[in-house]
Amino acid sequence: MKAVGGNRMADAVFKVHFAGPLISFQDGGRFGHMRFGVPASGPMDRLSHAAGNVVLGNEAAATSIEISMGGIVLECVSGTVSLSLNGGGFDVRVGDQTYTSRSVFNVSPGDKVTVRAGGWGSWCYLGFAGHVDVPSWLSSTATHTMSGFGGGMVQSGQTITIKETRVEESRIGEIASLTEDLAEKPIRLCLGPQDQHFHASAIAALLGETFQLTDAYDRMGARLSGSALELKDALSIPSEPILRGSIQVAGDGVPTVLLADHQTTGGYPKIATVVSADLDRLAQKRARDSISFEQVSAQEAVVIARSKALQMKTYLQEMAVPRGTLLERLMRENLISGAVGPGAD
Amino acid sequence: MTQPRFVPVADQALLVEFGQTVDDETNLSVQMLDQALARTPPEGLIEVVPAFVNLVVVFDPTLTDHGAIQQEVLACLDERSEQIGNNTVRDVEVCYDAELAPDLEDIARQAGMSSEAVINAHLAGDFHVVMYGFAPGYAYMAGVPEALHLPRKTAAVRDVPEGSLLIAGPQCLVSTICMPTGWWRIGRATTPILTGDSQKPFLFDVGDPVRFKRISRSEFDESRGGKPHG
Repeated sequence: MKAVGGNRMADAVFKVHFAGPLISFQDGGRFGHMRFGVPASGPMDRLSHAAGNVVLGNEAAATSIEISMGGIVLECVSGTVSLSLNGGGFDVRVGDQTYTSRSVFNVSPGDKVTVRAGGWGSWCYLGFAGHVDVPSWLSSTATHTMSGFGGGMVQSGQTITIKETRVEESRIGEIASLTEDLAEKPIRLCLGPQDQHFHASAIAALLGETFQLTDAYDRMGARLSGSALELKDALSIPSEPILRGSIQVAGDGVPTVLLADHQTTGGYPKIATVVSADLDRLAQKRARDSISFEQVSAQEAVVIARSKALQMKTYLQEMAVPRGTLLERLMRENLISGAVGPGAD
Repeated sequence: MTQPRFVPVADQALLVEFGQTVDDETNLSVQMLDQALARTPPEGLIEVVPAFVNLVVVFDPTLTDHGAIQQEVLACLDERSEQIGNNTVRDVEVCYDAELAPDLEDIARQAGMSSEAVINAHLAGDFHVVMYGFAPGYAYMAGVPEALHLPRKTAAVRDVPEGSLLIAGPQCLVSTICMPTGWWRIGRATTPILTGDSQKPFLFDVGDPVRFKRISRSEFDESRGGKPHG
């Protein structure tokens, strides 16, 4: 299917004038290599990344730029291409135009795109209608930040080439969000797999008290502050597998939630594991944001995962449909309000 | 054979644990189950991550759940042969030149032997890969001879180059990225662990025996020739 609007198969080139720390290229992730010490990496907020791609007509797992609160300034040097910005509440300016951080817009040579942290959120995704030309490792461009393997960190001064660019006039506009994800609800977790190494008071504190994210927050994990979670004894357990969402507790009682670039094994006991469905929401929190946890059973966690998967699938399918040009949209809205007729407010 | 303990890990995995202490028998159980699951992967399996005393079976919760995976694991435990198979001896070339092994003298002093005796003791070790962890391609090998068991350093050394052969306690590994480490630097390997071969990107499978082959400094320099590790 040809999208409405131009389909120019040309390259676009961007020059990065400034890139803050922790800004990297990420595709959907590199799965199946944890046994070799390789976590999946991929986006910290997986749904925002996927939606930022499908709204441009890309595959959900296509490569985009994960922007941290450090922000980025890049300039289109050549080519015209549609871009999306999706994720936390960041501010974006293109030339003299400002957009919300949930937008699809066009960029032409000479346009400077400035993205800065706004009201909330830690991560935002800059998507390109086309193919981001960066190195891949084990068939994925997801950047593993500790090693730099994959597409790599985005650096000031770097040039980025987008292949097979498209201008998607029919996709320009704001991106709807999955509203449930914005709600301020506790983060759901399952206890274990090593909760038996903790005092009952530690479990009670984890479930009953409020914690804060600290500045020790990167793609590997987020260290929390709050009550110390006391271990029964200063034991050293044999090093064992870690998953995204594991909450490990060091000897000092400080919990860390392991995230996209987590180590694959480690010897600190894991008091609990965050359910997958709530990891995006957790990752969008900032240092000093409060966080509270709610326990669910493993069976409930599976039910949550299934309903979230269905919800995401529907949402992404809707987001992938071009909305039409501005004129078409106005026409459609007229028709719809006409068709709804009497009784509608 | 003792039955393992099953622990669900949120919505995404089942932990299968054969014991609490690191010993060969426990680890053999882990490896046998790992191999059995590779032969007959359960429906909805994403991957299996083996470690010292346990392994985690990661699954897609839209396709299966903890109970179904546990049944599959139990079936594997019933069926599996007591033989562990398919492991290949991997050779790793190492140069023990003092400049490339900055801790060799220190190790020798602590072990109460000459540097040459330390090298020979290390070469005589019976190594095999127990698990990967920490960073891509970091393969933890058991088998460092007891005379060379040293606790980790109290402070990490910065910028230890990739390809460093490191020991701590009974364990040994070849680093794949430049990192700070508190392990002891006993040599430098030329054999890449990250092979760059898309068909077999990592040199070792878990369980593989490893043999270190000593090379001279000139052989090291020649084989390096500016070629990056991995």
